[in-house]
Parts: sequence; structure tokens; C-alpha cells
Amino acid sequence: MDDPLARYEPLLDDYAAFRAACDRPLPQVVRVNTLKTSVERADAALEAAPVEHDSVGWHDGLFEIDGKPGNTWPYVHGWLYGQEEVSAIPAAVCDPAPGERVFDPCAAPGSKTTHLAALMDDEGLLVANDSNLGRLSALRSNAERCGLTNVAVTKSDARNFSLKPFPGEFDRAVVDVPCSCEGTVRKNPDALDEWTLDHVEGVASVQKGILDRAIEVTRPGGTVVYSTCTFVPEENEAVLDHALAEYDVALVEYDLPLETRPGVTEWNGEEFDPSVRAAKRVYPHLNDTGGFFCAKLTVGA
Amino acid sequence: MSLRDNDGHQFGRLPATDDEREVAGRPSRASVVDYWAERYGIPRATWEAYSFWERGSGKIWAFRGELDSPARIQGLGIPILRTDGEHWKPRTNAVQRFGRLATDCVIDLSAGEAEAFLAGHDQDLPRWDGDWGYLIVAHELAGEREPVGVGLYLHGELRSQMPKGRQRDL
Ligand SMILES: C[S@@+](CC[C@H](N)C(=O)[O-])C[C@H]1O[C@@H](n2cnc3c(N)ncnc32)[C@H](O)[C@@H]1O
Repeated sequence: MDDPLARYEPLLDDYAAFRAACDRPLPQVVRVNTLKTSVERADAALEAAPVEHDSVGWHDGLFEIDGKPGNTWPYVHGWLYGQEEVSAIPAAVCDPAPGERVFDPCAAPGSKTTHLAALMDDEGLLVANDSNLGRLSALRSNAERCGLTNVAVTKSDARNFSLKPFPGEFDRAVVDVPCSCEGTVRKNPDALDEWTLDHVEGVASVQKGILDRAIEVTRPGGTVVYSTCTFVPEENEAVLDHALAEYDVALVEYDLPLETRPGVTEWNGEEFDPSVRAAKRVYPHLNDTGGFFCAKLTVGA
Repeated sequence: MSLRDNDGHQFGRLPATDDEREVAGRPSRASVVDYWAERYGIPRATWEAYSFWERGSGKIWAFRGELDSPARIQGLGIPILRTDGEHWKPRTNAVQRFGRLATDCVIDLSAGEAEAFLAGHDQDLPRWDGDWGYLIVAHELAGEREPVGVGLYLHGELRSQMPKGRQRDL
């Protein structure tokens, strides 16, 4: 398709602003790894480096910085993780407590894993899985640099994830699936070059399989967060609609101090379960970020 | 009792003590805890919630928690120690994570020395009058002592052991 983003004109009242934002480069953001330091010390170390940095208001310990973070002392010490601002959403929405059992089925290279471990204070069990060996090695080196000791890394197709090494269900999961990545176009202008509806349909079926398995291994009353970095309803609301039809799960409302739009209930003549409105769409022009989609589900509710 | 060979691809649990050893050459949990306590002063209680594992000969990992069957696992916590050399050697990421608890065998570098260490350079540091061998190398960052990695101290010289992938020219 020549211009996949044109599909969203009917969804947006400020379509021109959306297109303009997609063409702007994205600021570099780092998240402070509170397993190894405090936000105050990381702030002081960036100041001393010196690296220009500004706090991103909605999330404690997120800084917009000038340039790349890799060549600084705080990065060397594993105090910082370079990521997109919106990548801080899923772990914050999942909100695990220390001591819980948490599943991260599509974990590499580890922005959500390291964030989850920090929220868990490195206590409890965090299972970080991915199917791609090369990306797993990036995940391992990020997890080790950040000092995560409660994480078990596995390699498997998350659709058939085996609980065998970890008897018992999970309390929470962050299902950050592979997707068509439309929302990363500000960081990576080629992101849309390969876009085809065939690819969308293929990846949507993988997404459904991964979400299904995550629901199956989460205990009744547990939380499953589903996220993508794409605007495609086939990969977002349609996947949720499938899970709502197949499993005893419910979408739940959650607070997020960012400007968002609700999940869409109609797309291309298809109607979705009205509760998908509880999911949140983050468009680039709303908060000057990348694009994102995030939904929170409760199992057996 | 004959000892099994080490399977380099699988995580194997460390025996509690040397007497309970079933795999040739595998160190015991007690000896690992003792090593960190006796050489670096890291309290034994630090490891209470941890299980210790070996994957590949002499590569020791610490995992906060327990696991029944570690088959098909790619990583379990972080690598903390190598025990296959003549002397046991702490790993960089373990020193960064637990080194703040150390009271012995920690060498404090000035800003310039720390940058040279991080870049992978060896340097003459005759002022050190403590033990030779593997030291925890620290500097001051944001007002506190912060461990960077591992150095090998011999004959007045501190040899940087920063892994290639972690070396930086600041
Ligand atoms: C959006 S990325 C994950 C990003 C990661 N959560 C982070 O925050 O750094 C999606 C990941 O899913 C992995 N993946 C793709 N298909 C998979 C499958 N069937 N099972 C498990 N992982 C899969 C990819 O290798 C990729 O690393």
C-alpha cells in the first residue's frame, strides 16, 4: 500500500496534525533503572556528564536527552535504558508488585522486562521469553547490565509457551507483540515500506496466538496487558475482540496521564465488542511521542 | 561415587556443600558465598534468596528465586563468577550489582583513572597496598562510591578486565 497511514483519516478529527507529527523526528528518551540507582542520582550523573536532559512529566524517571545515552557513566553503570517514551506505558499499566510472578512473552530487547523488574524491585519471578535468538542475546545483555536477578530467559514460540519449568500460573503478563510498527515511523522512516494487508493479517494471527497463550497461563483475577506500536485496528481492537469471544476475560479501564483516544469499535464494516473502548490509542501528535496501543485485561473476571 | 560430566548447555544447580557434589569440578554454594564474604566482605545474608547455578564449565549464575527444572532456559539471573581459572574471578555485572556491599579489595579510582579503566587500559597504580589479584574497581559518581568492574592487580599495575563489549571511550 502506498500510504497506509491514510487509512486513519476517518478515525481522526485532527488528521493533518497526525500526519505532520509522523514526519517529525522523535526525541531520544531514557528511563532510569531504579534497581541500580535513584532518579535523583541519575539526574545528577547526567548533569555531571554533562548531558542535557529534561524530565518527561507523566512518568517518574523518564528523561528526554540530547544525543545518544550510550557513552556516559550512568549508562555504563546500567542506570539508564534508552527507549521510546511510549514504551514505558505497558509495564506502568501492568503495575506488578514485588514477589509476584510475571510473564513477558515477547521480551527482546528488554525495555518492558527491565521496567517490570524495577517495579518488582527484583523480587518474585519474571519470565522473559522471545523466539528470536539474536534478539534474545540483546535482551540478556540489557538484563545483565541493568542487574536483573529475578529474571529467567526462555526461547520459545510464545504461542506454545510451556509452563513446565515454572509450575504455577502467572499473576500478570505484558504481551508486547510483534506488529506492523506503524507507530515507530518517527524513529524509523522506512517502517512503512514493507506494509501490506497480507503482512498485517499474518501478524494478527500470530498476535492472537500469543495473547491466547498469555491468558491461558495467567491465574483467574490476574492482569494481562496487550500492547503494540501500531495503529492498525486489525492488530489491536480485532485481536482483543477475538480474545473476548474466546476466553473469560474483560477489558478494564485504567488511568494514564497522557492524552489518548479510546479503542475503536468499528472498522472497515466490522464491529468489535464495545468494551474495546477501554483500550487506549496514543497518536504521535497528541503528546509528541511515537504511536502506541495499550489495553488492560482481567482474567476470569 | 563417580561424578557426572558438566553439560555445557544446561543450568545445573550448585550443591549446598562440597561433600554433596555430583558433577565434576562444580563448586558448592557454600564456597561461593564464602568467597564473596572472605575476599570482598559481602555479607553472607546477601544471598539468602538466591539459588546458584553453573552453565558451561565454571560459569556461575545467581538467580533470585528457585526453579525445579532448568531445562530450555537461556538465562537465569546474572553471571556472578568464573571458577575455571587458577583464581576465581568476579563478573563485571555482578560487581556492578553487588559491589556496593563490599568492604575489602575495592580500589577507588580518580576520574581520569576510571576513564582509562573503562576504556580497557592497564595502568600503574603503586599506591594500592592491599591484596593482589582480582579487585573491585570503583569511582565516585553522583556523590557516592560506585563499582565499575573488575581489575587484576599485580606488581603495581591494575589491568582492566572490562569486557570488550562494555569498554567505552568517554
Ligand atoms: C515489539 S517486539 C518486543 C519489544 C520488547 N517487549 C521490548 O520492550 O523491548 C516483539 C518481539 O516479539 C518477538 N516474536 C515474534 N514472534 C514471536 C513468537 N511467535 N513468540 C515469541 N516471540 C515472538 C520478536 O522477536 C520481537 O523481539
